[in-house]
Amino acid sequence: MTEILKFFMEYREAIFIIILSVFLGIEVISHVPSVLHTPLMSGANAIHGVVIIGAIIVMGHANNVLAMILGFIAVILGTLNVVGGFVVTNRMLEMFSKKKKQK
Amino acid sequence: MGTIETLTRTFEFSEYISVLEISYLLASILFIMGLKKLSHPDTARNGNLWAAAGMGLAILFTILFHKIKMEDGTFEGIHNIGWIIVALGIGSVVGWMAAMKVKMTAMPQMVSLFNGMGGACAALISLMEFPKMQNMLASSAATNMFNGEALAILLGLGIGGVSFAGSMIAFGKLDERIGDIKSPILRYINLFFLFLLLAMVVFIMTMTPHKDSNLMIYLLALLALFYGVTFVMPIGGADMPVVISLLNSFTGVAAAMGGFLYSNQAMLTGGILVGSSGTILTILMCKAMNRSLLNVIIGAFGGSAAGAGQQGDKTVKEISLSDAAVLLSYSQKVLVVPGYGLAVAQAQHLCHELEHLLGSKGVEVKYGIHPVAGRMPGHMNVLLAEADVAYEKLLEMEDANNEMNTTDVVIVIGANDVVNPAAEDDPSSPIAGMPVIRVWEAKNTIVMKRSMAKGYAAIENNLFFMPKTRMLFGDAKATMQKLIAEIKNL
Repeated sequence: MTEILKFFMEYREAIFIIILSVFLGIEVISHVPSVLHTPLMSGANAIHGVVIIGAIIVMGHANNVLAMILGFIAVILGTLNVVGGFVVTNRMLEMFSKKKKQK
Repeated sequence: MGTIETLTRTFEFSEYISVLEISYLLASILFIMGLKKLSHPDTARNGNLWAAAGMGLAILFTILFHKIKMEDGTFEGIHNIGWIIVALGIGSVVGWMAAMKVKMTAMPQMVSLFNGMGGACAALISLMEFPKMQNMLASSAATNMFNGEALAILLGLGIGGVSFAGSMIAFGKLDERIGDIKSPILRYINLFFLFLLLAMVVFIMTMTPHKDSNLMIYLLALLALFYGVTFVMPIGGADMPVVISLLNSFTGVAAAMGGFLYSNQAMLTGGILVGSSGTILTILMCKAMNRSLLNVIIGAFGGSAAGAGQQGDKTVKEISLSDAAVLLSYSQKVLVVPGYGLAVAQAQHLCHELEHLLGSKGVEVKYGIHPVAGRMPGHMNVLLAEADVAYEKLLEMEDANNEMNTTDVVIVIGANDVVNPAAEDDPSSPIAGMPVIRVWEAKNTIVMKRSMAKGYAAIENNLFFMPKTRMLFGDAKATMQKLIAEIKNL
């Protein structure tokens, strides 16, 4: 029990952020019209590309060849996720905004 | 535990790090605002740009200002910046090209592919951080690895690995490179693998850390990849959108694990946001099909005996192109119900042309969009928007059903399960209770279809045998072209 309490105290800030972000995530998208489901999924897909920051940190502190190679691959994969995700989403949404103007 | 803390958790004050943390705060705000804007049609495009700006900011400031405290108390910044920029460049160019070149119909598999890249990235980070952490703990003579960092690393690897492998399979299925493997035994195998995966995470945490003994972590990685494959393999192609959305939220959680590991708030908030909103989106999609998430994952659809008894020698009535042309031209109200067949045949532009043509003859044409028509919710809206169909012509399912009584002709293009009356009148049907577009209530129904093959739910559709239904067999695009030519000739 004390182990669990210690664990909570040690990581309480992160745990707070996690719990609050969960509610925020639910709240933010709960009224989305079904028209936007696909672009929203794609946009969210791009946002989790934030994992690239971790890849940059790992590669920035890599001190052997294997870590360098793995880090290099990780940064490429992360960038693919970020850039590809945002560009695809933008392309989808472009079509909606084009509609708006013609009205 | 103390040693790890000095590596990743307790920073002393430094201007650089303060600037970095402020940039992360801004990035988090941009992510949240971006996601919020993404859920409204008018602001969606801006929302995407805001989120992208937040990402750019976080990446740039990480490269410039990220520092870690070394064991001797000095701060060390990011090395290998040249290589990082090369990697960023390669990723950007390839990602940009792939995203620009992909056809709108192939969008779902592209999202799946990018999602897999993110999962793999998260898994690789864990794979590199684990040996570092273990060596550190081994030198401080720790007896176990029961701490938050180890948990974050192991979960990041497990979830990221499952997400990567699963997304690749989902990509293969949507791209029609991989078929379904349906076997009831696979469920138990999957359950076993899931249990094994969790057990392994717990086991590694209780292990005494030894310097450079990384066999277990590689085994965990392999197991995660394997489970990702067997997890998605039995799930039918029609359920892929739900699976992609689910894997999307998985990758979000994996990214958040990285944020936890590095005490990196941008990664933490961004990852969890996607994790939770992705889960809600997944549940919304399941709701639209009136199924539970568990039902999708276990894969109760397909190949079941339900509905098999109805396969009598019922006859379908075909309609000739010229009859269809006349019927359409002399009606007042036409409703188009598109499905996946329209996407496959790339017939969305022809659809718009037909709408225009009939419009010029004074026929009112609207579209009835089932929330899960196509391969992703909203997929049909995107496709029709690509073909310049006006936003207000797209009716949601309920509005379409309300107008059904006054509709003269419904044209079903490549849709099947979403217009199946069995959902309402056959409680034994696997899709019983799923909301459907009640096209049989219209005065006439024309079904455009390649063949009498079943839809993804693999069940018979009684609509085809109803007295008011006429079939128009053939590829959606070719048939549409002929139909348009026919109407022009009238």
